[in-house]
Amino acid sequence: MNQALQTPTSTLLRITRRLNLIEIIGRFAPLLFLITLVVVFGSLEPRFLTKLNLLNVLRQVSITGLIAIGMTYVILTSGIDLSVGSLLAFAGVVSAAVAKGGTGTWLRSTTGEQGYGVTLAVLAAIGIGIAGGLIQGIAITRLGVPPFVVTLGGMSAFRGATLLFSNGGPISGFSKDFRYWGQGKVFGDIPILALVFLGFALVAHIILRYTRYGRHIYAVGANPEAARLSGLNVKLLITSVYVIVGFFCGLSGYLLASRLNSAEAVAGVGYELTVIASVVIGGTSLFGGEGGIPGTVVGALLIGVLTNGLVLMNVSTYIQQIIIGAIIVLAVAFDRFIKSKRRV
Amino acid sequence: MNDHFLLRMIDIHKAFPGVKALDGVSFDVRPGEIHGLVGENGAGKSTLIKILSGAYQPDSGVIEWEGQRVHITGPLHAQRLGIATIYQEFNLIPPLTIAENVFIGREPGRGAFLSWPTLYRQTRAVIDRLGIDLDPRRIVRTLSVAEQQMVEVARALSMKSRLIVMDEPTATLTENEVGQLMSIMRELKAQGLSIIFISHHIEEALQICDRITVLRDGRLVGTRAINEVTLDEIIRMMVGRSMSELFRRSTTYATDEVALRVRNLSRSGNARDPNAIVLHNINFEVRRGEILGIAGLVGAGRTELARAIFGVDRFSSGQIEIDGRPVKIRSPRDAIRYGLGLVPEDRKQQALFLRLAVRTNMSLAALGRLVRFVDFVSARAENELIESYRKALNIHMTGPEQRVANLSGGNQQKIVIARWLALKPKVLIVDEPTRGIDVAAKAEVHQLLDELARQGIAIIMISSELPEILSMSDRIITLREGRQTGEFLREEATEETLMHAMALEQTPVSVA
Repeated sequence: MNQALQTPTSTLLRITRRLNLIEIIGRFAPLLFLITLVVVFGSLEPRFLTKLNLLNVLRQVSITGLIAIGMTYVILTSGIDLSVGSLLAFAGVVSAAVAKGGTGTWLRSTTGEQGYGVTLAVLAAIGIGIAGGLIQGIAITRLGVPPFVVTLGGMSAFRGATLLFSNGGPISGFSKDFRYWGQGKVFGDIPILALVFLGFALVAHIILRYTRYGRHIYAVGANPEAARLSGLNVKLLITSVYVIVGFFCGLSGYLLASRLNSAEAVAGVGYELTVIASVVIGGTSLFGGEGGIPGTVVGALLIGVLTNGLVLMNVSTYIQQIIIGAIIVLAVAFDRFIKSKRRV
Repeated sequence: MNDHFLLRMIDIHKAFPGVKALDGVSFDVRPGEIHGLVGENGAGKSTLIKILSGAYQPDSGVIEWEGQRVHITGPLHAQRLGIATIYQEFNLIPPLTIAENVFIGREPGRGAFLSWPTLYRQTRAVIDRLGIDLDPRRIVRTLSVAEQQMVEVARALSMKSRLIVMDEPTATLTENEVGQLMSIMRELKAQGLSIIFISHHIEEALQICDRITVLRDGRLVGTRAINEVTLDEIIRMMVGRSMSELFRRSTTYATDEVALRVRNLSRSGNARDPNAIVLHNINFEVRRGEILGIAGLVGAGRTELARAIFGVDRFSSGQIEIDGRPVKIRSPRDAIRYGLGLVPEDRKQQALFLRLAVRTNMSLAALGRLVRFVDFVSARAENELIESYRKALNIHMTGPEQRVANLSGGNQQKIVIARWLALKPKVLIVDEPTRGIDVAAKAEVHQLLDELARQGIAIIMISSELPEILSMSDRIITLREGRQTGEFLREEATEETLMHAMALEQTPVSVA
C-alpha cells in the first residue's frame, strides 16, 4: 500500500513545484508590469522620474485607490459595486453642507459662516457611505437581487439624491481645517492623502490576511454554499463588504471635496471603472475567493502611472482611455492564461 | 471472436506537465461489442477517452478507425467519424425540448426556418430505436437524470454513431434505471453498435460487457474476455491487492447514551419545487460511539433527512433532541453550536473551496477556536491543528498552502472530515463518505470512521453502497420515498433484506 502511494505523491510534489513558478509569475505580473512602465516612462520622459511627479501620481490615485480597497472586499465575495462614484458624490455634498452649516434648503444654518466643524463633516460623510452600503447590502442579501442590479440602481439613486440635495450646483470654499486632509503635506512634500490611502491599505490587508473575518470573506467568495454548510453567516458577511466599500466611498467623498475645495454634484462620475479596473488589474478574481489588497494597490498605481506618463508625453486623453481599456482586458486574459496552466 | 476491429488505439502516450497520464496504452473495440474500461481515479480512463473523442491529442501512438489510420483533430472530427461520447455531466440544454436537444445544430427545415413536425417525427424514430417511450416535446429540464441520459443516447444514435463512449453512466441512476440502461445497451449492441462502458462498479461491467480493460497509473494492466475473469481478479488488477485486504470493522463501540434523537420529523412538499422530496414521520436515535447506517435508493430522502437535521433545509414538523434536550436548529450555524457536523454528499459543490489552500479548507469551521487576540487567527495554533490532522488522517499534501483542487478525491474528503473533527463534534453525519474516491482511500476513510466511533462520536452514515453500509454500520435504517421502511441490527441485515426494505413496500420492523 505504501509503495502504491509513494509514486503519485512524488509526482505530485514535482508538479506543485513547477506550478509554484507559474503562480509566482502570475502573482507578481502586475508589479513587474508597473516597474516596466516606470522604467519606460522614466527613460522616455525626463519629467516623469522626479520626486514631485511621483508623489503627484500617488496623490492622484489615492481617492479611487481608497475605494478600490473596499471594492477588493466586495469582489472577493464575487460581488460588484457600481454605485461607488454616486455614493462618493452624495457623501461629498452632505459633508460639505455640514462643514458650511447648511445648503439653505436642507440643513438650516444655525452656526452662521462657521459650520459644524470638520470632525462632524467627516463623520457625516462616512455615515452616509455606511448607510448607503448597508441599504445595498441588505437589498442584495434579503431581497436576493444580484449585486450588479442593486448597485446599478444605487448608482442612479445616489446621484439623484446628490443633485436633489445640492440643487445641482457645487458647494465650495471651505475652511483651512476642512482642506487639510485633502491638500495638506507632511515631512516636506508627502501628501497626507497618499498616507491615508496607504495606511488604510495596510489595515485592510492585515484584516484580510490575518483575521477570522478575512478568511471568511475568501471562503464566502470561493464557495458560498460550502461556507454556509461550514457554519458561516453568509448573508451578514456579504452585507458587511458593501458596508466597507460604503465606508470608503464616504471617506473619499469628504477627501475629494477637501482636495478640490469644492463638493461637486457630478463628482466621481465614471469612478466605478477606475476602481474596478484597479482591483481586476491587481489580480483579484471577479469570480471571488482569489486576490488581495497588495494587488489592488499595484493596480491603482499602474493606472495612475500610465495616465500620468501618457499625459506627460502629450498623448490625448481619448487615446489614454483606449489604452486603459485594452489593459484591463489583457490583464484578465493573462490571469486566465496563468490559471489555465495551473489547472493541469 | 473475429479479428476485425472497429477501433484500435496502439501504444498511446500522453503526458501533462509532471505527470505521465498514459504510458503506452493499447486498446481496441470490435464491432457490436460492449467493452468495459475500469480503473481507479487517476488510472488514465478519462485521458484515453478524451483522446478518442478529440479533446486531447496524444503525444505518440496510432489510432486506427475501421482499419484506417486516423488523426482525430477535434470533437467535431470524432463525431463525423461516428464516435459519440456521453460524459457524466450531460451536454444538454435544459430549457429546450428533447427533440431540439437531439437534433441541435442539425435541425431539419428550410433555410432559417425550422420544421417542427419533421423534427418531432425524426426524434420519435430515434427514440423508438431505444425501445423506450418519451415524448419528444418534453422539456429536458423536467426529465429525470436517467431520462436525460436517454436523450444523450438518442442524440448519439441520430448522428449515426458507430461507437458510443459512456463515462460512468450508472453513477447517478437508481437500480431500476441501471437495469433499463443495460437493456438499451444490449439493444444497441444487437443493432451492431459498439459501446465503451466506463464504470466504478465492476459488478455492472461484468454483467454487461464482452471484454474488460483495466488501467492503472496510466498503464494497461490487461484486457480480459468476460468469461475468463472473476470480480476478485479485476479488483486485484485495478488496485494491485485483493478485496480481502479492504477494511472490515471488528467490534462495536456503541454505548447506551443517546446523542441524537429525531422524533416524527416530516418535511412537506414545496410549491416552488414539485420534485422536492417529502419526508414522513422519521424516528430514530443514534448513540455515542455508534455508527448508524441510512440506506435507501436515490430519491428515498436520505440526503434530505441529513440536510433537515443539520438545519440546511427547514422541516415542517418534528423534534430533534441532542443529549436528551430538545433543540431548535434553524441553520447550519445552530447545528454546529449543538455539536453536529455534516460531510455532505457533493464534496466539490458543498464542502470544498477548491481554489483555496488546504489551510482555510481545514480550519474554517474551527477558526473561532484559533483566535487568540481580537479576531486574529493564531498562525501557530492553526499550523499545529493542520499538522496534527495531516498526521492523524494520513493526508498527502505538500503543505498548508497547497490548493485543494490539486489533491486527490480521498485526500480532499479527509480534509472535509478534518474540518469537522477540529470542532470535536458529538454527532457526525457523513453522506456518501467514499463516493468517487479510490479503493485505498476508501479503506482509510472507513478506518477513520471506526476510530471516531471508538472515541465516542455518534456517526450517521448515509451510503448507496450496500457493502459499505453492511460492513460499517452497527445498526441500519432504510428509507423509501421519504418513509422509514425498516430497522436492522448489523447481524440481521443482508444485502437482500436491505434491498427488500429499500425497494419494496414493507411495514417498519422494530428492533427489540
